[in-house]
Amino acid sequence: MPELTYREAVRDALSQALRQDEDVFLMGEDIGEMGGSMGVTHGLLDEFGPERVRNTPISEMALAGAAIGAAMQGMRPVAEIMYEDFMTLASEQIVNQAAKARYMSGGQLTVPVVFRTQGGAGWSPGAQHAQQLESWFVHVPGLKVVFASTPEDVRGLLWSAIYDDNPIVFFEHRTLYGIKGHVPEEIEPIPLGKARVHREGEDVTVVATGRLVHEALHAAEEAEKEGVSVEVVDPRTLQPLDEETLVASVRKTNRAVVAHEAVTRMGFGAEVASVLQYQAFDWLDAPIERVGARFAPLPFAPVMEAFVVPHMEDVLAAVYRTVNKKI
Amino acid sequence: MAKVEHKTSLAKSDLPDVLREMLLIRRFEEKVEERFRAGELPGFLHVAIGQEACAVGVCRALEDGDVISSTHRAHGHTLAKGTHPNELMAELYGKQEGCSHGYGGSMHLYDIERGNMGANAVIGGGLPHVTGAALAFKMRGEPRVALAFFGDGATNIGTFHEALNMAQLWQVPAVFVLEDNKWAESTPESQHSPIRDLSERAKAFGMKALKADGQDVEAVYKTTRKALEHARSGEGPVFVHLDTVRFSGHYIGDPQVYRPKDQARELRETRDPIVLLREKLGLGDDEFAELDAEITELVEASVEFAKAGTDPAPEDALRNIYA
Repeated sequence: MPELTYREAVRDALSQALRQDEDVFLMGEDIGEMGGSMGVTHGLLDEFGPERVRNTPISEMALAGAAIGAAMQGMRPVAEIMYEDFMTLASEQIVNQAAKARYMSGGQLTVPVVFRTQGGAGWSPGAQHAQQLESWFVHVPGLKVVFASTPEDVRGLLWSAIYDDNPIVFFEHRTLYGIKGHVPEEIEPIPLGKARVHREGEDVTVVATGRLVHEALHAAEEAEKEGVSVEVVDPRTLQPLDEETLVASVRKTNRAVVAHEAVTRMGFGAEVASVLQYQAFDWLDAPIERVGARFAPLPFAPVMEAFVVPHMEDVLAAVYRTVNKKI
Repeated sequence: MAKVEHKTSLAKSDLPDVLREMLLIRRFEEKVEERFRAGELPGFLHVAIGQEACAVGVCRALEDGDVISSTHRAHGHTLAKGTHPNELMAELYGKQEGCSHGYGGSMHLYDIERGNMGANAVIGGGLPHVTGAALAFKMRGEPRVALAFFGDGATNIGTFHEALNMAQLWQVPAVFVLEDNKWAESTPESQHSPIRDLSERAKAFGMKALKADGQDVEAVYKTTRKALEHARSGEGPVFVHLDTVRFSGHYIGDPQVYRPKDQARELRETRDPIVLLREKLGLGDDEFAELDAEITELVEASVEFAKAGTDPAPEDALRNIYA
C-alpha cells in the first residue's frame, strides 16, 4: 500500500475526480499557481488548467454561491474556503441557500457541492485563522458534515463527498496535512455516516474528531501502560452521525470521553454525549467526560494558545477520571 | 415556449398576448391580496403590482434552456417564466400541488423544469447562483444564459458586488436585471444609496449596462434581447437597469406610512404598464372587458384548484432534506 501525507491524500482524491469527470472542478482563493494556502492543490493547475482549477477573488459569498449555482446546473464543484474562520463569510450561501434549496423546492433541486475548509490551532495564527466551527454546520438540516483525521480517511471520504448529491462541508485539520499514512492502491470510497474504530479497548471509549483522534490514540497508549484499555472511535462524518457504532462501543466499555479541539461549550461533543447517555444510560458506569477548548477566542502567544486547546494529557486525564484512577 | 431566433423586438401581433400575460399577473396578485386579507393564505406576501412589464418583457425574451433566479417579489416572474397559475396559487395555499409542493411558499417559488432556479427570501441571495449557473453553461459550451432579477435594495448587499465582479471577471453568460422601483422595503433610494444612477455600479466592474423604461414592455423586451444576445455570444455579462414602479406596499397590509398617500395613485394614473400597452393597442372597453373576464376566470379557477389541493402530511416536513 502506498504511503501518502494527509495533504497528498486530499490532492489525490481531487485530481482523480478531475481526471475522470468533466463535471468536477475546483474553485477557491489562491488555489492556482500558489496551490492553495495549505499547498493542497499544488500542481493541479498544470494538469487541469485555469478553467477547472479556478482561482477566485477574495469573495467568499460569491465563491460559495457560484459553486452552488454551478451545482444546481449539474456540475460537481469543490470550493475551497481557505480558513474555517472565513466560513462565516460564506455562511449565508451555505446555510440559507445550499442547505435549503432542495427542501424549499420540494425536492426539485440537487446541490452536489463540497465546501472544503480547514482550521486548527497549534501554530499561533491567532483568533481569526484557526477556529473549529463544525458545530455551527452540524446544526443545519440539509448539510452533511465530514471531518477526516487520517490520509486514508480523508481521501476516501472526500471521494464520497464529491459524488454525494448533497451540499457537504468538509473539514480538514491544519496540523494534520503533514502526517503520513498508508492508503489503498485504488481509492476506496468511504461511505458518509460510518464511524471508524481506530483502536479497540475494554474500559473507556474515546469519541474523538480531527486532531484529537491522534491525541486520543496517544493517550490510549499511555493509559495502556497503566492498565487502562481505551477504545478510540472517530465518527468521521459528523452529520449523519453513526450513532450505532458509538453506542455499541460505549455499551461495551461502559465509559465515554468525547474529545474535540473546538470549544467544549455547545460543541459537537455535547450532542455526542447526549446520544450516548440516552442510548447507553443503563450501561454507563461514570459520567461522560468532555474534552475541548476552553471558552476563549484563540490567543496568539504560544503559552496561552496551548492552554486554551486540548492535548493528549487532557484526554488522558479525562480517561482516568472515568475509571476513577489517580495518577 | 416557441423558439424565437434573431428576434430583436416584439412583433405587433405578439402584443395582445403580452397584454394578456401582464393582466394575468395583475389579476393574480390582486386575488392573492384579497385571499390573504380574507385570512386564507399563511405566511406573508409581497406583490409586484406595477412591475408586470418587467417580468413579462424579460421572460419573453429568454430562450428555452435559459434560467432565472428571482426575488421575494416573485409571483410575476414565476408566471412569466411559464408556471401555471394553478401551481403557483396552490403553493401559496401550502398544497402538494404547488410549484414547490408546499415546502417553499411565496418567497421560495421554484420550477426547475421551466428554468426557474428559485425565488429568494434573502436579498441578493440568488445573484451568485446566476454567476455560477452561467459559469457551468460556459464551461460546458452550452449556448444558455442565466439571468437574475433583483431590486434596487439589493445593490447594497455584498452578494451583488461579489457576484457581478466575478461574472465580469470570468465573462460568463449572465444577465443581471435590476428592477429599480426606488424602494428597499420602506426605505427610499435616497436613503439607501449615495448615487442616483445604480447602473454606475455595474459599470464600475467594467460591465456593459443597458437601460429601459420598465413600464414599457416593448422596451424591456428589446433591451433584454440585446443583453441576452451579448451574453450568449460570449461577450460577457450585461446589467439591465429597468426603471419601474411599485404601486403596492412592501408587503400585503403595509400601511405605507413612508410615502405620501396619493403617490401610488398618481403613479397608477401615469405609469401603469397595462394601461400604457392597452392604449398603444387601442383596445376598446368591450374588448378589454372580454379579456379581463377570461383572465379573471382563470385566476378564480386557480383559487378553486388550490383550495381543492392536497394538504401535505405533517411528517412530510421530514422529506426532501437530503437527496
